[in-house]
Amino acid sequence: MSSKDNFYKVKHLYNRAGFGISYTDLHKLSRKNLSKVIDGLFKQPKEADDITLIDTVASKQQLLMQAGLYAKKDLTDEEKKQRQDIIKMQNEKSRDLNIAWVEKMINTPNPLREKMTLFWHGHFACRSNNPMFAQQLNNIQRTNCLGSFKTLLVEVSKSPAMLQYLNNQQNRKGKPNENFARELMELFTLGRGNYSEQDIKESARSFTGWMYDKDGSFIFRPNLHDTGTKTFFGKIGDFDGENIIDIILDKPETAEFISRKVYKFFVNDTPNEAHVKELALAFFNSKYDISELMKKMFTADWFYAPENVGTKIKSPAEFLVGLSREFYVTYNKPQVLIQLQSSLGQYLFNPPNVAGWPGGQSWIDSSSLMLRMRIPSLVLNDGEIDFSGKADPEDEAVIAQSKTATANANIKTKPKSFVDAKADWQKFLDTLPKGITPVELAEFLLQPKLTDKITKMISNNAGLRNTSVELASMPEYQLC
Amino acid sequence: MDRRSFLRNTGFVAAGSLFVPAFMKPLEAMALDELNLYKNLVVVQLSGGNDGLNTVIPYGNDIYYQKRKGIAIKPEEVIKLTDMQGLNPNMAALQEIHDQGWMTIINDVGYPNPDRSHFRSMDIWQTGSESNQFLSTGWIGRYLDSNCQTCKFPYTAIEVDDSLSLAMKGQTKKGIALKDPAALFRNTNDPFFKAMLQNDKEHLDEDNLGYLYKTMIETSSSASYIQNTSKVYQSKATYPQSGFANQLKTVSKFISSGLKTRVYYVSLSGFDTHVNQVQQQGNLLKQYSEGMAAFLKDLKTNNKLEDTLVVTFSEFGRRVEQNASNGTDHGTANNMFIFGGRLKKQGIFNEAPNLSDLDTGDLKYQLDFRQVYGTILDKWLDVNNADILNKKFNTLDFI
Repeated sequence: MSSKDNFYKVKHLYNRAGFGISYTDLHKLSRKNLSKVIDGLFKQPKEADDITLIDTVASKQQLLMQAGLYAKKDLTDEEKKQRQDIIKMQNEKSRDLNIAWVEKMINTPNPLREKMTLFWHGHFACRSNNPMFAQQLNNIQRTNCLGSFKTLLVEVSKSPAMLQYLNNQQNRKGKPNENFARELMELFTLGRGNYSEQDIKESARSFTGWMYDKDGSFIFRPNLHDTGTKTFFGKIGDFDGENIIDIILDKPETAEFISRKVYKFFVNDTPNEAHVKELALAFFNSKYDISELMKKMFTADWFYAPENVGTKIKSPAEFLVGLSREFYVTYNKPQVLIQLQSSLGQYLFNPPNVAGWPGGQSWIDSSSLMLRMRIPSLVLNDGEIDFSGKADPEDEAVIAQSKTATANANIKTKPKSFVDAKADWQKFLDTLPKGITPVELAEFLLQPKLTDKITKMISNNAGLRNTSVELASMPEYQLC
Repeated sequence: MDRRSFLRNTGFVAAGSLFVPAFMKPLEAMALDELNLYKNLVVVQLSGGNDGLNTVIPYGNDIYYQKRKGIAIKPEEVIKLTDMQGLNPNMAALQEIHDQGWMTIINDVGYPNPDRSHFRSMDIWQTGSESNQFLSTGWIGRYLDSNCQTCKFPYTAIEVDDSLSLAMKGQTKKGIALKDPAALFRNTNDPFFKAMLQNDKEHLDEDNLGYLYKTMIETSSSASYIQNTSKVYQSKATYPQSGFANQLKTVSKFISSGLKTRVYYVSLSGFDTHVNQVQQQGNLLKQYSEGMAAFLKDLKTNNKLEDTLVVTFSEFGRRVEQNASNGTDHGTANNMFIFGGRLKKQGIFNEAPNLSDLDTGDLKYQLDFRQVYGTILDKWLDVNNADILNKKFNTLDFI
């Protein structure tokens, strides 16, 4: 294999398994055997890599206080203010958590880990207005992202964020709530058409009593658990939640469903069913070892086939993180990252619903594409922001209160707002080989094959910096 | 002109020469009388869950006053429409609209197994899904997908905002979001952007790159079409000073200049009134009503009211009983406002909500919101609602 050939393969691998690669690393890794490069992606430090922004002890105290306030009938003005302050603080912390994760993705030395976390974040889509719950679920997804799918699934199912979001907190003996049981099978494991309504009912009964307590820890409440006999996929017994998960994992349809979703995220929007079957078989036979599944995919010849290279539309997170990594961007006002996410249609921790973001071409419409093409110059040249994202529906209460008494309250007289970010151009330019031509730079920065038009557009040789901004502003840069 | 001004981006360059791809020309040359027959739909979204019971007040029902001691609107303040219901006093601007027969209120609209999360319920209203179903396309987006005669271009559905709502996204076709047609026109006429579109034939495949180029071309041609069609029109009407009224003013400009757009989408935010509701909601209802009244009168002056239907919704109503903070919490069914010059039933369409027969403190819905959508799709947009809503919904007689 020629080293040029390997150059493109490694670049493709790092675009899909991570968020791109620097020229220096690419050059170094291209000289290695591809299978060694793949192994290297999985050799990551074992120690915990949690986000610890939200202080758990303080949050639990706050939660107890909040529960106390909600239980009271008549609140004093001071107590009302306390309650509002807690909500306000939670909203602020939720935004901080979002930024902390985006910055972690930008700076991580373990890109595969964060990419997998992003995948599971969309798969086990969840919203929580409690930042401690959200952080905990994110850490569960990160810790188990390349481990056992069963452990991941059980941990997610026990997380207060999910218990709350899918109403298992209200799922009690004699009064089942089927929300979690339904999504567990429809969206998390088997997929539509592979279970009956009766299976959902029986599964819901089995998950009764899975709850979290006042301070936000998982608790199994035996007195709320339905201990009766259940019939689930033809099996009969006094099942609990873990039994249900085991039975679901015994079905090869689960391996296939997860493999198809992985394929669509990492390989191609349109699944090749033969390739999906290949992955599903390996995944099932490995007893749901996620690393095995991923290695199988990254080592497959078809992963590097032309139809799978430079053909996927980057998600907004991939686009923003990739751009920031590529040019070593620091954000002096990181709140802008939230504005960009919401304008582009992927505000992390806030998926549209439990099905996650639909992805693919649905990321792109006239306005989001225009914005994507302008963002590189906004971020890299510190441009002025003249657009605003939609208010998140969960922020409506804040909006309601911030609108003042005047009839003109709805007119936004916002001061000019700038991205206030800094790209480290020197660092970026230092990674490039001496004498690199504009065309070589384009071959590095863009994933799709160069066309004559692009070659011509950059042939004026405006300098590496200007050419880089131009390239990052092209529609081709939206693909990976 | 500097080729890289797009990349410096902030100082917009002056509009360049007109750029219209060849395939757009036949449309622009269409006969004017054909354009005049256009029926428009304007969708107004009130975000946050507007409290319908303090919007259209059931002043004839004692239960309302019992459950809302701190926030009820006194009978003498209500703008009375019937013996039972009337408008919030902040909506005085709509009195005239009502008296002209340009308004109808549909009471108690909702859906089975209602969701009280803003996000999820808005998702349900925008996609037209069941409450346990997740759709990735919006109801207007699917209307665009349905290959209606005029749905070929993104400007068939325009949202007056910086970003596009899910409601406007179909599988293969999407509407276009713009706050200011001139700004979008300048951006798409930027030399860098135009250079990207030159000799683009090699990209017009069905793959993702082809899709990106197709979107760019459509954006560019739509921006030119919208700007060039609407810039000739100058509204003489006076609108109140509010962001919401400005959105409607933009829509009026588009409609009155004869733009071949069928659906417009605007929104007003801030209705999540958990605390001290009366004044907050009052301000918003005032903006809504004054903006709407100015808009409808403007359309009337331009002979466009007959061709326009306005529908207003919010993701849910609020609980019947107020909370301890003189606000209201998330509820279920809600009223919808319909405006237009050709309403079949004017005033109040159906019975007021029954306040004595509640579902754990919440209103039970009388009409499914998809019956309202279905009516609009069948009778106003001339498509079969089953093709858009995935099953057939019975239509209503308001148009």
